[in-house]
Amino acid sequence: MGDTSTEMMTGPRGPKKRRVMSSNNIIIYGTLALVCLYYLLPLYVMIVTSLKGMPEIRLGNIFSPPVEVTFEPWVKAWSEACTGINCEGLSRGFSNSVKILIPSVFVSIAVASVSGYALVNWRFKGSETFFTILIFGAFIPYQVMIYPIVIILRETGGFIGDVTGTDFRLMGSIWGLVIVHTIFGMPILTLLFRNYFTSVPDELFKAARVDGAGFWGIYFKIMLPMSLPIFVVAMILQVTGIWNDFLFGVIYTKPETYPMTVQLNNIVNSVQGVKEYNVNMAATLLTGLVPLTIYFVSGRLFVRGIAAGAVKG
Amino acid sequence: MSSTDAGQLDTAMKRPPRLLKNLAAKFAAVPMVLIALVIFVGCTIWTIYHSFTRSRLLPAPEKWVGLENYERLWSESRWLISIENLAIYGFFSLILSLSIGFILAALLDRKIRFENTIRTIILYPFALSFVVTGLAWQWILNPQLGLQNVVRNWGWETFTFDPLNNAEIVIYGILIAGIWQGSGFVMVLLLAGMRGIDEDIWKASRVEGIPAWKTYIFIVMPMMRPVFVTAIVIIASGIIKVYDLVVAQTSGGPGIASEVPAKYVIEKMFFSQNLGLGFAASTMMLLSVLIVLIPWAYLEFGGKKNG
Amino acid sequence: MTDQKFSVSVKNLDLRFGSLRVLKDLNLDIHEGEFLVLLGSSGCGKSTLLNCIAGLLDITDGQIFIKGKNVTWAEPSERGIGMVFQSYALYPQMTVEGNMSFGLKNARLPKAEIKERVDRAAEVLQIEPLMKRKPAALSGGQRQRVAIGRALVRDVDVFLFDEPLSNLDAKLRADLRVELKQLHQRIKNTMIYVTHDQVEAMTLADRIAIMKDGLIQQLATPEEIYNRPSNLYVADFIGSPAMNLFKGEIANNTFSLDGLSLSLDGYDFAAPFTGTAWLGIRPEHVAIGENAAAADVQMDVTAEVVDPLGSDTLVLAHVAGERFWLRISGQADTKQGDQIRIGFSARDVSLFDAATEARL
Repeated sequence: MGDTSTEMMTGPRGPKKRRVMSSNNIIIYGTLALVCLYYLLPLYVMIVTSLKGMPEIRLGNIFSPPVEVTFEPWVKAWSEACTGINCEGLSRGFSNSVKILIPSVFVSIAVASVSGYALVNWRFKGSETFFTILIFGAFIPYQVMIYPIVIILRETGGFIGDVTGTDFRLMGSIWGLVIVHTIFGMPILTLLFRNYFTSVPDELFKAARVDGAGFWGIYFKIMLPMSLPIFVVAMILQVTGIWNDFLFGVIYTKPETYPMTVQLNNIVNSVQGVKEYNVNMAATLLTGLVPLTIYFVSGRLFVRGIAAGAVKG
Repeated sequence: MSSTDAGQLDTAMKRPPRLLKNLAAKFAAVPMVLIALVIFVGCTIWTIYHSFTRSRLLPAPEKWVGLENYERLWSESRWLISIENLAIYGFFSLILSLSIGFILAALLDRKIRFENTIRTIILYPFALSFVVTGLAWQWILNPQLGLQNVVRNWGWETFTFDPLNNAEIVIYGILIAGIWQGSGFVMVLLLAGMRGIDEDIWKASRVEGIPAWKTYIFIVMPMMRPVFVTAIVIIASGIIKVYDLVVAQTSGGPGIASEVPAKYVIEKMFFSQNLGLGFAASTMMLLSVLIVLIPWAYLEFGGKKNG
Repeated sequence: MTDQKFSVSVKNLDLRFGSLRVLKDLNLDIHEGEFLVLLGSSGCGKSTLLNCIAGLLDITDGQIFIKGKNVTWAEPSERGIGMVFQSYALYPQMTVEGNMSFGLKNARLPKAEIKERVDRAAEVLQIEPLMKRKPAALSGGQRQRVAIGRALVRDVDVFLFDEPLSNLDAKLRADLRVELKQLHQRIKNTMIYVTHDQVEAMTLADRIAIMKDGLIQQLATPEEIYNRPSNLYVADFIGSPAMNLFKGEIANNTFSLDGLSLSLDGYDFAAPFTGTAWLGIRPEHVAIGENAAAADVQMDVTAEVVDPLGSDTLVLAHVAGERFWLRISGQADTKQGDQIRIGFSARDVSLFDAATEARL
């Protein structure tokens, strides 16, 4: 026991020394650096390819930076590239996508948020059953429902057209696609809103009812202003999802209203003419630009959105 | 107010009918009810029913043919290749994205620097569409000008990696792109699950001197069972839907070597006007989803009722 | 038809959730200007009853009258009630002023009147400096004051409180409790107050309704409930530490158990009784030391546990084989193992039929 006093004098004292370059750290950061390289590589390749001229591409390697930077492929991809049907470039696809995107995002979020709110605060007989069907519906392959929806759109669209005496159609029009995006966005969005509204204290809803607010009053004056973050999350989810959609764009629109993704695929995989890889990559980047911008700007909210969407009710 | 007034008020006040109660709420729920009943239930039943009829093109006289469509389906080599591809893609995609996702999540969980930057880099492909992903990898895997060419130029003359031209391995070329696009998402899911685990577990394992990797495998992983189940269900339902990635990257080629069921259905329905086969194939897709979904639903919801 | 003199009347109220019967044929009449506390442990149905009165829950059967008017099917906002919640339930995106005027705006009152009422309520509650703030910038006590203000501006006859002080810390709770009492004394509205806290119930209430399993066990003044609990449950529920209880036999007007024998001459029987019964005596009704000399029964006990609380001290002992708490002065110099002389009298005890658990 007499040793303790000497040990107290000479033993470890003060903060423990940390080695910055421990073998553990080298392994962790080394692995992560390699992983990041793998994930960044395709983006890098796309960018450098899109800035090269075709002769340079034929000679060089795909990883080397452009010797001579040219923006011509970007211009061409935007306004001149051919799809086999026309040679208007991606610009038409872009404007179609925007026209599809705005009403789709708005309508799908409006319908789903009101449904989620009704599910939480205004339950009625069977409301939970409908919600369960909705959630299971999220797992049904689209291919199962795609054809009957074609018929529904064709018939109701035609009917509305006949009744109003216009040439209004749902099939092949932007509005048909808006409906389809609303339908298939329902499960995930309703779940998202339902979960969020569940976390709003029930007493707040009761207080508003005592204060004489009704269904819409509580929705617009209490719930909506309180839930702006979740609306942003839903918007990020929908903008990315709808912008990236390919399947519904192919099925429910016609060539004049093809969204950007479909247009892009037609340009790149068009069998006519010489393959212009630089134009293809510029077009690919252009199409990816919108979701990428949203992703980099929104950051944490995007992560929250996909995590929230995945968490079960 | 006198009591007589009150009495009149009482009798004048009729009980509102149940159906009309909260009318606004019921009105607002109409879209949800329609979507649930007409689309998710109605359209599914419609398709299943029509998979048992001979319908080349609708509207046409439907004729009940029993399992004929299914017999033709399963004797078509294109469908068999689709199924085989889906099985290979599904198996590896599930294993790889879960293990890569878990390892990356564990690495990021170690309170490292630049966590946000690294996560942003790993997750960004998930923001891109399958079409963009497919086209990017189509270019990288281009046999004449892509990765293979670069490695050969570096001096390894015999290096061969041309999945997009080789029918035997083309599905792995698609797999690489799929993993690149989706593994970041799995990582984010698992990382969220890891962060949800009680900090005291880590303190306990430190006190007992258990190495970190052992803690992850034997303690953290079992505790994350619900998160894994969720991830598996999401990955699996995504695998069955694989369509645009294949269309963009290989168009199903070379030949029909990289066909998948989702693509098969669309082609039969919209391009070769063979609806009966398309319905049968999509019903098979639904069946495979149910095989994944029913055990999960049983575990998730059946257990709660007993507990 | 109901009697006009009651402010709130609940008649034969029944509430079922599926097969679960939460409220059972419940009747309750509350006088004009009365402060009524619904007291019970969690799950007894007290908050449910309050929600039914507010119209926030649809009842299965029965009637509810407020100010003589049948409001059974009326919307919450039409019932002439104001309500204060445990979590305050302030609208987070509105200022204090916005919170207080929201209900009045929904009722389409003229602007000038809204302002006047809000200002008056703010003055009463002394929250004028807070009017432009958002709830997030307020302390817990301030938030609850705003919540009370929101009920106050509605200018209604009946206020409903759903455990309004439970989220506050002990000191603030005591302060606000006093303020609530003063508020009631000033505005003299009917107040129905739900709580699980005995102290709140005893201090605030004109009458307390003790609830259990969807039924009212006893409805009486705090004194009555404390001194003459109507059944074993109420006796055990009220008081901390709980009443000491002994199960024994009553014969020839004498309670006897394991050597303990108490003549019940001083006890105010409702009806003569012979048979098995519970005897209850509150720890604070036990006479100590010299005072014990005058009691009906006396004995010596050993202090097994001594819990000094400052103002007084609790001592655990055993009497007739049962745990027995007694309350002695906080200044008494008692230690574990000490012998204490105790005694109690028949007029201080409560007796309950062992079979029905009702007061004898």
